[in-house]
Amino acid sequence: MALSPNSVDNSTITEQLMLRLKVPTKLRNLEATLIVFAMVVTSAALALVDLGTTGKLNPPIIGLTLGLGAIVLAMHVAQRFVARDADPLILPIVTLLNGLGIVMIHRLDISAGLTGWQANATRQMVWTAIATVVAIAVIVTVRNHRVLQRYRYVWMLIGVILLMLPLVPIIGVTINGARLWVDLGFVSFQPGEIGKIALALFFAGYLVTARDSLSVVGKRMFGVTWPRIKDLGPIVIVWALAMVVLIFQRDLGTSLLYFGLFLVLMYVATGRAIWFVVGGGLFGTGALVASQFLTYVQGRFSAWLDSFNQANYEAIGGSYQLVQGIFGFASGGIIGTGLGAGHPGIVPLAESDYIVASLGEELGLVGVFAILSLYMLFVARGIRIGINGSDDFGRLLAVGLTFVIALQVFIVIGGVTRVIPVTGLTTPFLAAGGSSLVANWIIVALLLRLSDTVRHQREEVAS
Amino acid sequence: MIKELGRVSIGIGVLFGALFVSTTIIQVFQADGLRVDPRNVRTLYDSYATERGSILVGSTQIAESVPSDDVYKYQRTYNGGGLYAPITGYYTINQGISGLEFAMNDKLSGQSNSQFFDQVMSLVSGTDPRGASIKLTVNAAIQQAARDALGNLTGAAIAIEPSTGRILALVSTPSFDPNDLAAHDTNAVADKFHSLNSSSGTPLINRAIAGDLYHPGSVFKLVVAAAALDSGIMTERSTFPNPAQLKLPLSDSHIENWSGGTCGPGKVVSIATALRLSCNIPFAEIGAQLGEARVRDYAEAFGFGATVKIPMAATPSVFPSGMDDAQLMLSSFGQFDVRVTPLQIAMVSSAVANGGVLMAPTIVDSVLARDLSPLAPFSPVQYSTPISPTTAETLRAMMVDDVANGVAGGARIPGIDVAGKTGTAENGDGEPYTLWFTGFAPADNPRVALVVVVENGGGQGQSATGNTVAAPIARKILQAVLDQ
Repeated sequence: MALSPNSVDNSTITEQLMLRLKVPTKLRNLEATLIVFAMVVTSAALALVDLGTTGKLNPPIIGLTLGLGAIVLAMHVAQRFVARDADPLILPIVTLLNGLGIVMIHRLDISAGLTGWQANATRQMVWTAIATVVAIAVIVTVRNHRVLQRYRYVWMLIGVILLMLPLVPIIGVTINGARLWVDLGFVSFQPGEIGKIALALFFAGYLVTARDSLSVVGKRMFGVTWPRIKDLGPIVIVWALAMVVLIFQRDLGTSLLYFGLFLVLMYVATGRAIWFVVGGGLFGTGALVASQFLTYVQGRFSAWLDSFNQANYEAIGGSYQLVQGIFGFASGGIIGTGLGAGHPGIVPLAESDYIVASLGEELGLVGVFAILSLYMLFVARGIRIGINGSDDFGRLLAVGLTFVIALQVFIVIGGVTRVIPVTGLTTPFLAAGGSSLVANWIIVALLLRLSDTVRHQREEVAS
Repeated sequence: MIKELGRVSIGIGVLFGALFVSTTIIQVFQADGLRVDPRNVRTLYDSYATERGSILVGSTQIAESVPSDDVYKYQRTYNGGGLYAPITGYYTINQGISGLEFAMNDKLSGQSNSQFFDQVMSLVSGTDPRGASIKLTVNAAIQQAARDALGNLTGAAIAIEPSTGRILALVSTPSFDPNDLAAHDTNAVADKFHSLNSSSGTPLINRAIAGDLYHPGSVFKLVVAAAALDSGIMTERSTFPNPAQLKLPLSDSHIENWSGGTCGPGKVVSIATALRLSCNIPFAEIGAQLGEARVRDYAEAFGFGATVKIPMAATPSVFPSGMDDAQLMLSSFGQFDVRVTPLQIAMVSSAVANGGVLMAPTIVDSVLARDLSPLAPFSPVQYSTPISPTTAETLRAMMVDDVANGVAGGARIPGIDVAGKTGTAENGDGEPYTLWFTGFAPADNPRVALVVVVENGGGQGQSATGNTVAAPIARKILQAVLDQ
């Protein structure tokens, strides 16, 4: 560790101002240019959708998108004041992904005949605006990420409450078989989306303090060194939490996401790969036992392994949606049908769970590769922030937040392309859904904050 | 911690690698197979998105695609109603496609390799791709005459130009209106399809080429006579015993001639007389002498056992194998398990009319590009040479005699030599007969060979014959050709 955690607090305001004047605004200028590029791509794609489906342009939609561009630029401006050394690529990448999502949602609205407030694209735009404003609020409020570490048990409480909220009678709602939603009458949302951030904050904060005891070597058995029995507490608790999600909320994806996040952070914190073995064994056993009496898990597995079987295809909750999504990918081929020229609306939930299949159909393998590359670039930036991190909490938090996005992308796209069974998660930034957008934009704000701190402190060391 | 972060990023790289691989497999390697999965309705929608080519009779479009303002972009329209339905078939969204729409789908939809240049051009020029059009060999007046001649009877008729194989008319009754099935309201179409499909008249089946096969009865005697004469084993003057009854070998059953008596006067009878009077006993004797293998060789040379494509696929006609002597004798006058399509019998007449050379029957004159220039002009194709010109000449004379002086008098046209052969096939005790006529005219320079078949005894039980019902229909069709 190059610096003690208190070095920033000790630096005087004068020093900070001096530093700000010294550092060129190159990063922020690059970011602004890339955001404008992302908006140009999005607007052009929207115009292509309108031309491809209705044969004429729909200026209000494109205008609204440019309005969103303005909000994103507002976030960029905010960073010029409060996080001028933040990573310049993250915001443009997310803007483009978010924009492409709106393009495809708008395209699906057209084929479903939805307009105005009925249109998913309109709601997605409003949610994007809200999410961006929340992200601005986060980056302006949270000036020092280490403050977050202090409240680790608060995060735990918030995380667990949010996770369990859908199970509360009356407000909890079951949609598409999974009980992940809360309906308060005036607004409905997926608390688990925000919960994943709270849990990432808690895991990072907790593991920084508990890493020493968790790293202690236990007994040697079967040629492997096992952890001590008394250190198994945390992993068993998180496992139990994951099993509650799996059994009572009936969602394999969310369960896998939380548990996977914890395992990775545990590994990074302790450096002991044995946690993967222990955790993998626990989760595998749990899922296997659950599949014996949970028909939905069995259904998901047979629909995955034998998707094209007519019986699975026709079964309720069977492979119909998956197979239609794959047909969408196939009809897109390498170059795609072109925006507005395919039939992505055939797939149920084409605008949320299956938005990647919709994009694959109209943009082809080329488009899918581009989207995957954008995610990879995002993840690479996130990991880089972790590697360059000044303190262990920051490192764990950066990796945790990044891994949440990466794992979610894998679980969703892997699900619709038959790498793993289909689960009920949303594709970050692309898919229609407000809770997911707000949560992922908060992750963006936190990563930007972390990256700003990283460079900031490096420059302090250099000066 | 840095080391672990490196490993985690490798792990994430592996996860993303799996996604790159899985999408590539689906979108590149499995794409073609997934596109043709019948559950993939996109392929269907896309087939509607291109303007499907027209089907033309002369310069009239009998099937065309007109723009529609729903998801399918084009509405298939049939201008002849039921008249051309057995030829065009139907083109439905969810009940499949049939007829020429099916057989020439790659050309009509613009997907065939010969249209590759057009496809590239429309991609470059931005115009909507359009399928090729098909011009038929069918003559509108002859088609209408054949349809009118069959009237309300259940059956089929085909007229072929013997020198080229061009099909001038192809009728199957009852028919249906393909417009009912081309509608875009899939529920209404499904209802209509199921009611047509379960209708007792089976209107969706093209009886001329692909219905339940028929007993040919006496028209099959042409094939046996051709085998007898062409093989050199017999001549037109060869004679056979002429009993009024013949006991079948190893059986208690007897066979009789149609008249119930002997085949004309005399102790013996010639092939010519047997064919003119359409006697069963002499042909049973001829078949038995020739043997199963030789009769089948000739039958196959005429097209039996093969799937003839016009380009719609015709059901192969059947000459059974492994028969005992009694079965061979019954088969030799077109009973037992001999089964034919009307097309097959028309091919027999066509070969005789064309001096022994059988031209491959076809209903497609040419394939036209979008500017109506021919992509593939018509060129006649020889199918086989089942018999020598001499044999053909002998059979021709016998068939002329059959119409002029024999049991096929119903097809006589004053001033014209018509060659013909009737058939009245039995379908079992008490069952109505299948009534046949096949022949050609003018006999010395044939312009048309034809077949007419009427099912169910023409509605007259066992009292009608091929000559009283099928021959007059044939005469009307022949007259329509000669009027051209």
